[in-house]
Amino acid sequence: MNKTTAILAGLGLLLTASSAMAKDLHVLNWKGYGADEPFATKAFEEMTGDKVVNDFFNSEQEMLTKLRTNPGLYDVVMINAAFMQQALGEKLVQPIDTATIQNYGDLDEAQAQSKMLNVDGKTYGVPWTWGLTTIAVNDKAFDTAPTSIKEMWKEDHKGRVTIRDDAVEAIQLGALATGQSINDVKDMDAVKQSLSELLPNIRTFWSSENDWNQMVASNQIDLGTYWSGSAGRAKTKFNLPVSLAVPEEGAVGWLDSFAIPVGSTNVEGAEKFINYMISPEFYKEWDETVGAPVSASKRAVAALPEDSFNRKVMGAPEVAERVQFQEPITDQQREDYLKVWQSLKVGAN
Amino acid sequence: MTGKRRDSGLVKAMPLLLPAYAWLTLAIFLPLSAMVYFSLLTSMSPSGQSATLTLGNYATFFSDPLYATLLVRSLELGLIVTLVCVLIGFPAAYVLAKIFKGRAREAIFLLVILPFWSNSLVRVFSWSMVLREGGILDTALNAILPFKVTFDLMYSYPAVIIGLVHSYLPYMVLTCYLSLQAIDDALIEAARSLGASRFTTLRRVIAPLALPGVLAGSALIFIPVVGSFMEPRILGGHGGTLYGTVIEDQFTAVYNWPLGAALSFILLAVVLVILLVSAPVLRKAA
Repeated sequence: MNKTTAILAGLGLLLTASSAMAKDLHVLNWKGYGADEPFATKAFEEMTGDKVVNDFFNSEQEMLTKLRTNPGLYDVVMINAAFMQQALGEKLVQPIDTATIQNYGDLDEAQAQSKMLNVDGKTYGVPWTWGLTTIAVNDKAFDTAPTSIKEMWKEDHKGRVTIRDDAVEAIQLGALATGQSINDVKDMDAVKQSLSELLPNIRTFWSSENDWNQMVASNQIDLGTYWSGSAGRAKTKFNLPVSLAVPEEGAVGWLDSFAIPVGSTNVEGAEKFINYMISPEFYKEWDETVGAPVSASKRAVAALPEDSFNRKVMGAPEVAERVQFQEPITDQQREDYLKVWQSLKVGAN
Repeated sequence: MTGKRRDSGLVKAMPLLLPAYAWLTLAIFLPLSAMVYFSLLTSMSPSGQSATLTLGNYATFFSDPLYATLLVRSLELGLIVTLVCVLIGFPAAYVLAKIFKGRAREAIFLLVILPFWSNSLVRVFSWSMVLREGGILDTALNAILPFKVTFDLMYSYPAVIIGLVHSYLPYMVLTCYLSLQAIDDALIEAARSLGASRFTTLRRVIAPLALPGVLAGSALIFIPVVGSFMEPRILGGHGGTLYGTVIEDQFTAVYNWPLGAALSFILLAVVLVILLVSAPVLRKAA
């Protein structure tokens, strides 16, 4: 009798002890986007004892929906800075005490202070990675990389250009080509005109990295819009003749950040996790084993080899000069853009 | 007396009918009803306490000629694909039903339904390997022909038709096969012995008797093709914007479920109207 009680008591102790020490940390992010790398979750679990539970979304809208419908479930969420205002407006995220994140000081200052992530003196998002939507070229088609986005419109590339079938990206491309701000398109007619002139040159629309790489591998395209991280991967990982070009008209930049949802039950673990995500140790291994976008942490980027894509190409001064960071887009704008884009595509047949 | 018997028949049939009807209610009627409701909402933004009922989404279809243009284009595509399927599928079904017997029939049958066993996305992507410049067909043609040809159908309207015909042809072969097989061989022999030519036999005896199969196959093909979006998107390039892809965009790209649902129901209505209008003609023909 006594023995049984002792065992039960021991078991009870063990259970409470383990639950007090090791907590679950629920992370919401794109699948295959760094935070769910096995090496990362393992290292973090060894470091803190917290168990990382990953959950994924397939679109920003889905991410917001998951936050809305599961209050208190998630401890860390990855949010594109352009969507932060919407999340804030619906009170889905809470302020972060940046003093608890030791690596916060390594971040690029402009990005850390971004108005999209800081409201009323409070920080809601810790910048994690950034990248560009710009153009990439097939090296076989060019002796010297083009300097203007207008190259895509040239007669020589008829049927050998690709862009993504995405209304927002298409309108922003048109805005850049017509010398407008991507965040404040004033002359939509000029954008339409410009895109309708581009469409005959389009071979097809790409939707995944694989599409783009296949088309270059089989030499079907000369150039097209592409994401900086994907272009880097195509060159270094798949050995394809792909070079990134940042045209003088500018390029679209995006910034991803980490936030802590309202109602998180493990804020401390979340802070540790964010700290680890912007650490040089994590970033170096991520970039070397999988290939990563550019880290928002200057110290993390500096940890990469000097000739690495994210340090050499993305660190070039003209990139910083030409990038226009994408600001929030309302649902109404998104629908309007889609309508413009659909009618352009239909008119092009 | 008869009424009573019918009642007890129904009671007996209930256990047999129940699973199918329960499934239909659960899997089709409920989601479809939800979609009807969505199509009448002003917005789906989950924070939107402001969502009210409206017919605006349906009005959008009529106010913007874009959607009508696309719908006409999709209906055209449906007709072309169905027609090609009849032209290819009917002779194949005839050979299967009337000429091959035993093992040979089984083997050919297997080949016909083989596409059903592979994932449709895989099928479409394998077409992209065949049709593109420098692809399998291009390389093979250039290896055989003494002169140089460039064969590049990828990202074009014909590529969409080829992909869709490949996906839906088995329906036509199967339905035609069933109705052709039901034709008594004695009827064909009688026609021939009465002096009808092969063509007359086909036109006056076989075709009318096989018509129900052809029509059933056509309906099975026409309806999904009008709403297809995957094949046009992958194989069609910038010409691949159709009614189905526009609906897909509403659901996936802009999260405008109400408009997407409304466009879907307009498609459903148009297809129903087409079937209703053609019903008397078809009934007469069959």
